[in-house]
Amino acid sequence: MDLSDLSSQAGEWLRGSGPMSDVVISSRIRLARNLAGYPFLTRADNDQRRELSDLIRGAITAVKGDGSLSYLDIDKLGEMDRQLLVERHLISKQHAEGEGDRGLALSPGETEAVMVNEEDHLRIQVLRSGLQIEDCWTRIDELDNRLGGELEYAFDSTLGYLTACPTNVGTGMRVSVMLHLPGMRITEELPKMFAAAKELRLAVRGLYGEGTEATGDFYQISNQTTLGRGEQDLLGQFGHEIIPRFVEYEHRAREALCDQKQVMLDDKVHRALGVLRTARQISSEETLYLLSHVRLGVNLGRIRGVPLEVINELFLLTQPAHLQRIRGQKLEEQARRVARAEFVRSRLSASPGQ
Amino acid sequence: MKCQSPKCNNPATVHLTEIIGGEKREKHLCEECAAGEGITTGKTPVSLNEWLQNFVMQQSGAAAAKTGEMVCGSCGMTFAEFRQRGLLGCPACYKAFEQVLMPLISRAHGNATHHVGKVPSTMDKTQRRQYELVDLRRRLRDAVATEQYEQAAQLRDRISELEN
Repeated sequence: MDLSDLSSQAGEWLRGSGPMSDVVISSRIRLARNLAGYPFLTRADNDQRRELSDLIRGAITAVKGDGSLSYLDIDKLGEMDRQLLVERHLISKQHAEGEGDRGLALSPGETEAVMVNEEDHLRIQVLRSGLQIEDCWTRIDELDNRLGGELEYAFDSTLGYLTACPTNVGTGMRVSVMLHLPGMRITEELPKMFAAAKELRLAVRGLYGEGTEATGDFYQISNQTTLGRGEQDLLGQFGHEIIPRFVEYEHRAREALCDQKQVMLDDKVHRALGVLRTARQISSEETLYLLSHVRLGVNLGRIRGVPLEVINELFLLTQPAHLQRIRGQKLEEQARRVARAEFVRSRLSASPGQ
Repeated sequence: MKCQSPKCNNPATVHLTEIIGGEKREKHLCEECAAGEGITTGKTPVSLNEWLQNFVMQQSGAAAAKTGEMVCGSCGMTFAEFRQRGLLGCPACYKAFEQVLMPLISRAHGNATHHVGKVPSTMDKTQRRQYELVDLRRRLRDAVATEQYEQAAQLRDRISELEN
């Protein structure tokens, strides 16, 4: 697989389609699996790591006879390419910065990915655009069953799937839904949502997962516990209760802005668009901040003529590794700021309706 | 179940039983309405590091040193190493450290002690059926409790199908 194919456009999951896509960016399910008879990565030596990646790679090839999952050897990739995969949510920072034999199997649309030899032997992931938790589950369940037919998973009758970290033991399943909540940020109602999430034992994280700040008003909501509750049960609650409720909060905030603070709202979203269309140098943080306002404006019909896909793509393509890939060269920070401003201007002026 | 406060449509997440003058009263409220009534809940999710930290704090020096010396016979990891990194060495570590690990696991997962849900596809049919039954019965209980009778009926049918 050639990574330069990836850098010019966003993955399918960022298309901005799917149910509730005005608020829900993407749905993701991840399963942690380990092979019986092998130590976890903390205790695996180089030979065992190699053996594990060979075994898993073999299984991936066997279940995907048509070869539609490509395998990347992460250890052999350059720093920028690894960063590119992190920016695309295909591997974790930890996997990018790790050492030794490790890999990533990836489907063409990037909707399916398997990290090999990360914290666990396998981290299977399925991503979809908008709120499509059940679709994610159907797909990942099937993939997991097929891989489980080729590999012997470490499983205990009491504790379920055994994982390197005891916080993942049981189903090994993490459901994360990425939400765009600019309305609640402007109306200062986010603390209310955080409190509700905490009460439901859910984690709220920023754009790039654990330990990252929420940039561009993106928040990832995910389950914290994996033991004692079946997958269907949790997925049902996520898809039918929790997420629709958060979406409803955000809708109410947006309605309140339209009804009561229309001038302020219009001013904010159009200024944001104005800056993005005219800036000559811009940081990645400011870009995310402004794009978030523009996205809100487009969703509410306050801004016309800018397609949502263009905005969604810009969130990704203005990240450092993507920008450098698009330019085809390594750029220092200041050069990136200039290149970013140029790229954003070109994308936003090329939109129809100008 | 919905919050009992008038005009509130949030799901009830705070359930309170009061006994006043021998009479039992139940309240089901959402978090906001409960807070409005001065009811606060203390339960918040605990991160792994937090509970490991608490665990270390709770032990006296000598006891901590003793559990720290526990070793997994399969991979050679000591409990002290696990405490440092938060990651186990191999599947057998769960058994080797069971005594000290189980209370921690249970606390991190909201008091759960048993897996409910999917089992590997290689597992034999009888075992798989047992797991599915446990999961279905739990969901049936929840469906009845939240008055989702249509779903409850479907679950009940599936249970009797599996039992026969």
